[in-house]
Amino acid sequence: MVHIPPPLEIHDLTVSYDRKPVLYGVDVVVEAGSLVGVVGPNGAGKSTLIKTIMGIVQPNGGWVKIFGQPYRKAVTRVGYVPQRESVDWDFPVSVMDVVLMGRYGHAGLMRRVSKRDRRIASECLEKVNMQPFSDRQIGNLSGGQQQRVFLARALAQESDLYLMDEPFAGVDAATETAIVELLRDLKERGKTLIVVHHDLSSAREYFDKLMLLNMRLVAYGEMEETFTPDLLQKTYGGRLTILSDVAGQAAGRSEFEEEGNPKL
Amino acid sequence: MKVPRISPVFVLLVFFAFPALVHATRIGDVTDLDWSEQTFRFLSLRDAAVRNAVLGSVFMGVSCGLFGGYVVARRLALFGDTLSHAVLPGVALGFLWSRTKDPVAIFVGATVAGLLGTVVVAWIRKTTRVKEDSALGLVLSGFYAVGICILTVIQEMEFGNQSGIDKFLFGQAAALSSADVSLMGAVAIGTLMMVTLFNKELLVTSFDEGFARSVGIPVEFMRYVLLVGLTFAVVTSLQAVGVVLVSALLITPAATAYLLTDRMGTLLLLSALFGVAGGLLGSYGSFLGNNLPTGPFMVLACTSFFVVAFFCGPKHGLISKWLRRRNRVRQVSFENTMKAAYQVLEAGDFSKESVTVGALAARRRTSVAEARREADDLVKAGFASMLGSDDDGPRYSQDARLSLTPAGWERACQIVRNHRLWELYLTNEARYAADHVHEDAEKIEHVLGEKVVRHLERILKDPRRDPHGSVIPSLEDIERGAGLSTNPASATGYFRQN
Repeated sequence: MVHIPPPLEIHDLTVSYDRKPVLYGVDVVVEAGSLVGVVGPNGAGKSTLIKTIMGIVQPNGGWVKIFGQPYRKAVTRVGYVPQRESVDWDFPVSVMDVVLMGRYGHAGLMRRVSKRDRRIASECLEKVNMQPFSDRQIGNLSGGQQQRVFLARALAQESDLYLMDEPFAGVDAATETAIVELLRDLKERGKTLIVVHHDLSSAREYFDKLMLLNMRLVAYGEMEETFTPDLLQKTYGGRLTILSDVAGQAAGRSEFEEEGNPKL
Repeated sequence: MKVPRISPVFVLLVFFAFPALVHATRIGDVTDLDWSEQTFRFLSLRDAAVRNAVLGSVFMGVSCGLFGGYVVARRLALFGDTLSHAVLPGVALGFLWSRTKDPVAIFVGATVAGLLGTVVVAWIRKTTRVKEDSALGLVLSGFYAVGICILTVIQEMEFGNQSGIDKFLFGQAAALSSADVSLMGAVAIGTLMMVTLFNKELLVTSFDEGFARSVGIPVEFMRYVLLVGLTFAVVTSLQAVGVVLVSALLITPAATAYLLTDRMGTLLLLSALFGVAGGLLGSYGSFLGNNLPTGPFMVLACTSFFVVAFFCGPKHGLISKWLRRRNRVRQVSFENTMKAAYQVLEAGDFSKESVTVGALAARRRTSVAEARREADDLVKAGFASMLGSDDDGPRYSQDARLSLTPAGWERACQIVRNHRLWELYLTNEARYAADHVHEDAEKIEHVLGEKVVRHLERILKDPRRDPHGSVIPSLEDIERGAGLSTNPASATGYFRQN
């Protein structure tokens, strides 16, 4: 049998800012077709992990392989949704301009985007229901709409591995549902998705696998194995009451199930 | 690229606002020639000095304008300012080294100093806790002070007096040599090439650097290209505008363009255009004023563009905003008067075709004089006519009769329909109490468009009566009331169902 390299392989990855370690010795292999939620407390290094995978932040040690290759060689196979706050929304570009940026990796240096690129971008806008806004300046959109523009841009990248940094942050309920559907759809089509998520209570419902992160990789695996009071406690350290509530909820669920009651 | 959404009238306005302003500056100047002759001399490009000044201004406008577009969009204005001041010691040292105003020596010196300045900024930021803005300020003032010191030393040396080094402080386009102009031309062409070749790379790097890196754009390289190019543009423009004000040529034209467009391509184009126009007007003004320093004139011209755009810009301009708001208020007042007329007619079961001003005043709860004024406004706008001539009858009394024209009648029906549909929507769908909906509808009725009305009709299943039991006017009502409508399709507006 031919060995197919996994979409993402991280080996002993260490990253620090100003000599303070943010990620420490992270080892993980993500299999093809996974829908992974990355959760952990603030400052756990979730965004840093994504940025290091993308080559935006340089690690102090360890390595990352995308489909068995260094990032530079797999550029067109990775789609990226950065945090919405990371850009200036007053920037003079239209919705279409932004989505077309998703095609830049395919177009090559100093080349113009083609008709085909425009068509793909337009289809991706359609998929997130933003087609009517394609000529709008991006500042004249709601938070949810802005997030959908970023998603359309990632879709336009036509990648196999998607990395998303907090796509659910500050979006309306309708957009949230739309994003979940989109993630499911991408997974159905065999894509691998790694999504940083801030809300533990919805994480169980949105993702198939969890990556629990707090400087160290606490756990990675199927939802049932990782969404346990024990591991959540270990990740969040029980510092925040709301999180201990959710941990309690997870504990409650297992008790109920043992008693044969239906799920919450 | 999309056609910029700027009315030609506006552009003309900007261009013609200027000569007058510039002429004004020459009052009190001693010139041998009449200003019209001077203008002719300037425009005919007969003098080599004038030719150089004009060409130099154009080149400078293009390169500074284009780079300025990126500087403003990327929020690097303070950086541009620092860079432009940091080059001064380089200019002075280049001069000291060549002992003449040698363009190449000065170019090399200034470029090295400018780049050194940016390196120092990055270094301070990286190794200390001093933030970027302070680091920029530090380098700006430090380098500038060094430059001024060396300049003072030069001026005290024997070759210093006739050197023309002082031109670098405030700019003198007329002092440009052919070599200077060639250098400026080369930079302008290089800038144009850079912008066309790296259009998409510069766009994505400027907008979202992380994403740019993730799609394999050589972000560091683009930043380097931008930095070096910017330094070249600043250094070659020094003689025309001067060290003190060169950063204005980077910021002002681009900021003006930023007020007028929402697209990067258009912004770059307009910015270059404003840069060129400002440069030309500046050198023209300086020429009229017997070669006064060019820098202040150029910056004055560019700043005036900004002021015009600030007030008259079609989209974000203050005056345009004010006009739009005034129109809105006028529209609402028209619509309220017509609605009142409709309601008066409705109260009389549409047995009459006209209303008295007195009835209108009672309905609107205003004085007769006020109602009379509103009625006159409606007549002026073509929504109504006064019955009877000036001579017969009580033209100025409360018994004067007003009749809506077909256009006025149509609009009145639309407004009443909007109002009542909205009330019905609020009570039926949003579960408001019937006595809570009127005030909301008073505002909403003026802003509902055809699309929303159609949608309301659909979800309310083409209702006939509002929550208070009043009939929601429809197609038949319009025809009954107007009677004289010749073209029902247009008279009905969006009342007709497909």
